[in-house]
Amino acid sequence: MGGAGMTSKPDRTAPLLWLLFAAGGTASAMLLPALVFLTGVAVPAGWVSEDRLRSLLGNPLTLLFLVGIVFAFLFHWAHRFRYALVDLGWSGLGRQGWVFYGIALAGTTLAALAALSNLD
Amino acid sequence: MTPELRRPLPRTWWLRKQSYLFFMIRELTSLAVLAYAILIITAIWTAAGDGSFTTFFDFLKSTTSVITHVGLLILALVHTFTWIALTPKVMVLWQDDEQVEPDVIAGANGVIFLLISGAVLWVVLG
Amino acid sequence: MAEAVFEVHRYLPEQEAEPRFQEYEITYQDNWVVLDALNYIKDEIDSTLSFRWSCRMGICGSCGMMVNGEPKLTCESFVKEYDTETIKIEPLAHFPVIRDVVINMDDFMEKLPTVSPWLIPEEELPIEDGEFLQTPAQVAHYNRFSMCINCMLCYSACPVYGLDSSFTGPAALALAERYNLDSRDSGMGARADVITAHEGIWECTYVGECTEVCPKGVDPAGAIQMLKLSYALDWAKSLVMPRGSRS
Repeated sequence: MGGAGMTSKPDRTAPLLWLLFAAGGTASAMLLPALVFLTGVAVPAGWVSEDRLRSLLGNPLTLLFLVGIVFAFLFHWAHRFRYALVDLGWSGLGRQGWVFYGIALAGTTLAALAALSNLD
Repeated sequence: MTPELRRPLPRTWWLRKQSYLFFMIRELTSLAVLAYAILIITAIWTAAGDGSFTTFFDFLKSTTSVITHVGLLILALVHTFTWIALTPKVMVLWQDDEQVEPDVIAGANGVIFLLISGAVLWVVLG
Repeated sequence: MAEAVFEVHRYLPEQEAEPRFQEYEITYQDNWVVLDALNYIKDEIDSTLSFRWSCRMGICGSCGMMVNGEPKLTCESFVKEYDTETIKIEPLAHFPVIRDVVINMDDFMEKLPTVSPWLIPEEELPIEDGEFLQTPAQVAHYNRFSMCINCMLCYSACPVYGLDSSFTGPAALALAERYNLDSRDSGMGARADVITAHEGIWECTYVGECTEVCPKGVDPAGAIQMLKLSYALDWAKSLVMPRGSRS
């Protein structure tokens, strides 16, 4: 209450988190439907063989691309889901949302480690 | 001073109006984005092992997976559509002292989406 | 001539602690707006009813109310366009109510000056130097955000403000962007503290209803998105460029 009376402090982390959210939102808007089509329709329909998919997952370029996607997707989710919960009445997350970005960072690390082990 | 009436917003505010409900669905498409990130991590992780990738690949062909993917596809398309529709709000471009029409910016982003989707499918299926 | 039933929010704190709804049956003329009907009720049926209004032509911004749950300027909403059984009149949502449909607007009035909604020129020039000139294109950059009449309908439509009244809110932020976009203004940095606070732009989740209900086509939701991008890019630039060189 009475925010107007208080002196406002710039939120120093918000620009970075918002840029990550926006980048991930754009990446997922552009790529997600095609990716879901691949694993949800093309694979069950037999248009992609197991060997084809596995060889793609052994390709350094594919792996770099996928780790980048995981990073962008997770930070998009972290920011948007955090604020969706705020809008659903979980007001404490408005200022304390670190757990979401922590999960995003952990997931990206996991993807990067897995990608590195694929290259061996 | 007589007391003022305060009317706190109930947590269910988003059920009161169709546009609020669409907003909440739009925000919750982020869960589909999360789900697919987990799927990608699983794919990379199992591809490193010997037998587990076959298990993962067989799971993709299961009914459970296909049904889940249908849900994901709907949410993904909602996200893509709403995201592209909002791009002209953030990208306000001016050319020769005239503002570029919002529909032109959204349309251009729609074309980019189709090209990228085509490229992804071509790389994997082509 | 036609009949309509108005269901009006009554809150009379001197007499009763709880608000209630009171029904008024009226006969209205085709050209009546909701405000005409309320004035008819006050003049002919119940003089105890309180509501704000002034210009009757959509410019003073004082007659905003919830009409059937939607924030509306009642001077611009024709009675004949409502085909519901009753027409429900409530005070603008999210604001404290003083009586009946009169809200306390202090919060908005305190917030408005915090974004410095006036020209902050690079340097003050003596009056003898004449006007700051602008081309039509320079006016066009900010014009759509300059039409705000401070009617607060956007605050009533914004659930983010409804949940957390410390949010600076749509109209004030749109006005901040209106000045940031003005070629005569150099106040982007001076406004940064308020705009880039958590309760400034970052709390907005783009519900977008502010833009939908604005009677003047201001598009506050779009303005806030533009603010987010410009301040985020400003932040990114500050990483690569030395501090102090920012505009």
